[in-house]
Amino acid sequence: MEFIGSIFTLYWERADWFLGLLGTHMLLSGIAIGIAGVAGLGIGVLISEFRKAAPVVIGICNVCYTIPSISLFGLLIPFLGIGNPTAVTALTIYAMMPMVRNTYTGITGIDRDILEAARGMGSTRWQILWRVKLPLAVSVILTGLRSMVVMTIAVGGIASFVGAGGLGVAIYRGITMYDPAMTFAGSLLIAAFALLADLLLGFAEKIYKKKRRMF
Amino acid sequence: MAAIEFRGVTKRYGESVVLRDFSLSVEPGERIAMIGRSGCGKTTVLKMVNALLSPDEGQVLVNGENVLQTNQILLRRQIGYVIQNVGLFPHLNIEKNIAYVPSLSRAWPKPQRQQEVARLLALVGLEGNMAKRYPSELSGGQKQRVGIARALAAQPKILLMDEPFGAVDEITRRSLQEELLRLSGELSLTVLFVTHDIREAMKIGSRVLVMDAGEISQLASPEEILQSPANAFVRELVCGI
Repeated sequence: MEFIGSIFTLYWERADWFLGLLGTHMLLSGIAIGIAGVAGLGIGVLISEFRKAAPVVIGICNVCYTIPSISLFGLLIPFLGIGNPTAVTALTIYAMMPMVRNTYTGITGIDRDILEAARGMGSTRWQILWRVKLPLAVSVILTGLRSMVVMTIAVGGIASFVGAGGLGVAIYRGITMYDPAMTFAGSLLIAAFALLADLLLGFAEKIYKKKRRMF
Repeated sequence: MAAIEFRGVTKRYGESVVLRDFSLSVEPGERIAMIGRSGCGKTTVLKMVNALLSPDEGQVLVNGENVLQTNQILLRRQIGYVIQNVGLFPHLNIEKNIAYVPSLSRAWPKPQRQQEVARLLALVGLEGNMAKRYPSELSGGQKQRVGIARALAAQPKILLMDEPFGAVDEITRRSLQEELLRLSGELSLTVLFVTHDIREAMKIGSRVLVMDAGEISQLASPEEILQSPANAFVRELVCGI
């Protein structure tokens, strides 16, 4: 009880500082999510249209994904130095894999009959992609987006180890100064932020599916 | 001029020959019902008409034009296509499904779309209030009717149907068959109809094409097929009727 009390005292006393960290955290993860979302979607679409490239591209994404996050941050320092650019780059690299893979799975998993019908009725390749494939892949892509967003926000907590901002700063400070309440306060905000983002995306997904009677 | 013509068409998948020196001439307004075992090449024939497959040898002509030398996208938009399992788009409501082909070429502005869809729904015997529903909310028979309405939307003169009534119950199938006969007469459609049900073939076809192992066993009117089957395979096929 006392511990929880001390966390809320921390929030109360240092509200501005925490809000600043939260703001930076949102910005860093937001940029990474934006870049990875657009690029991952694009790459996923490309490899589903040109299937021969798919194993190679997905393989590369998988390898990047398996690098432990802390070492990926570290590996980028020689190239990008210390600070936010390194953090955003590392987060983006991580976030790519779920987007690419889910876009690819979503598109390649569509019923062949439906695609054959679309082609047989005289759709161009672009029309098939835009009017049939993407709308039908949306729910799988959204699932990938959701897990990607949650993961990026969570991994963003490590960004402070390479000198970037965000709520990781509070966690790091808590660890180095042996202040568990501080560590916990930072973690709690990250978790709350991730949860909120997940809820919002889940809500958007529900509306989309309901509108199209896809249950 | 023939609506559809095959001139000595051969098609192989790897080593196996699915279609061997196949020739066929379909006059405008004819209904050809193709029947045979699965894998006998009947679906291959169908897909060559709208250039989803191309022949290894020989030519396929639609309205006198070689399908490989014409704009295939435009060709397909002028040919109605109804397939097994319907292939309706689950993410589009019935109105948008039916208006799909016209929308590809932006043929119908929105107010006209509603009118046209209402007309097509009535044509295939469905209520107008279907328009805003989604395919998942329809019965099998209703989906088939929507599939036909969609195929007719761009006012094609040729209709390709690949076992369109395979997945519906007997009673619904019979009414769909009646509907198709009525429509093809009203709109003077040329129909190429694939089925594995000999009764259906006899009912739908103005001529019945019996296929076996990539070749024509017999091509004749239903009466003739019944009275003088060309070989043992055809005899076996019709003996159950």
